[in-house]
Amino acid sequence: MQAQDLTVRRGTEVLFKALSFTLHAGQLVWLRGSNGSGKTSLLRVLAGLSKPDSGQLRWNAEPLNQSEDYRAKLVYMGHANALKDDLTAMEALRFLTTVHGRACPQDRMEAALRRMGVFHRRKLPVRMLSQGQRRRVALARLVLEDRPGFWVLDEPFDALDDAGLTLVQELFRENVQRGGTVLFTSHIAVQPEGLPLTELRLQGMRA
Amino acid sequence: MNPMLALLARDLRLASRRPAEALLPVVFFVVAASLFPLGVGPEANTLKTIAPGIVWVCALLSSMLSLGSMYGSDYADGSLEQMLISSMSGFELAVAKCFAHWLMTGVPLLLVSPLLGLLFGLGWEAIGLLALGLLLGTPILSMMGGMGAALTLGLRNSAVLILLIVLPLCIPVLIFGAGAVSAAEAGLAPDGHFYLLGAMLLLTSLGAPVATAAALRISV
Repeated sequence: MQAQDLTVRRGTEVLFKALSFTLHAGQLVWLRGSNGSGKTSLLRVLAGLSKPDSGQLRWNAEPLNQSEDYRAKLVYMGHANALKDDLTAMEALRFLTTVHGRACPQDRMEAALRRMGVFHRRKLPVRMLSQGQRRRVALARLVLEDRPGFWVLDEPFDALDDAGLTLVQELFRENVQRGGTVLFTSHIAVQPEGLPLTELRLQGMRA
Repeated sequence: MNPMLALLARDLRLASRRPAEALLPVVFFVVAASLFPLGVGPEANTLKTIAPGIVWVCALLSSMLSLGSMYGSDYADGSLEQMLISSMSGFELAVAKCFAHWLMTGVPLLLVSPLLGLLFGLGWEAIGLLALGLLLGTPILSMMGGMGAALTLGLRNSAVLILLIVLPLCIPVLIFGAGAVSAAEAGLAPDGHFYLLGAMLLLTSLGAPVATAAALRISV
């Protein structure tokens, strides 16, 4: 993944300009920056949800938005969990995996929910789960990934307890060891054991 | 399972979890239409003349009722983002959403329309024509509505704005749908009206999902 001279504006305010970076397979990258420095906007651009105002994004020398390979590898999770309140945890997870073309058998999904510690809640509607449990159900998608993927995660540790934090870092490690890339934002300092952590800093334009 | 089918199945399941909300449009349809005889008076011939128009106007309004939540709830909880970057294209997303909306509002309207026809004293032939018109017309309403819903996503007062955008676009459907029954009642052939409705249906199914997909990309 290569970004060249990216500029992103929100309204008339320039969040960052002439931002260039390269991400390689097997990297764990912590995207840092103060509030309002454009972390979420950058992640949305990388996920293909919005377009940069100028600059280029390339994936293996191919433009990002035309790359089928990138679409297949991308896993994006925003602030919102993308779970429907009226579906059960299991149904919500099944819908998300199916829509992304990663449908998998029932027992694998059950195992994923068990690993995230929400298996006993699988038949409850999402609206009856706590914030942390919802996050865990949403993150169960990452357990089901078995290919080296490009993960773009916006505050994945939000609402998680310490055990959850460790669990997610384990998932990061697995993906990185498979040869995938993880790019995440977090306001909590994390240091997964035995994994080099690269930092990518966004300097606010106002500073 | 195909992502489009998964989305369709999910929307239907969500509706079944909230039956009261899902039935709202059809209840509104029946109640609103049955107010007219009370207001206009029980003169059988007058009612018969205005019946097709009333049924169509009420169908139009009731299919607008659930538009606000068509993309609104998916937008709010982040599902829409996920669907837009999924393996499904924006066009497929819009088609699946509109089809689900039609199954949940258009089809129930279609099914109760004979009841309203009887209420207004229409003959069986006129009732058949009315239902045929609704069969061709209600999918157009769902697709136009989906476009309006996508355009107004994330705006305040979007409910009113949707009506202002969509209602004018639906006027031709109203004219030819109601016109078919009136023409038959007057002893003319209604075929032309149906041909035009069919043509509008084809045109909308090609154009509206493309516009909806583009609007969703802008709004999200």
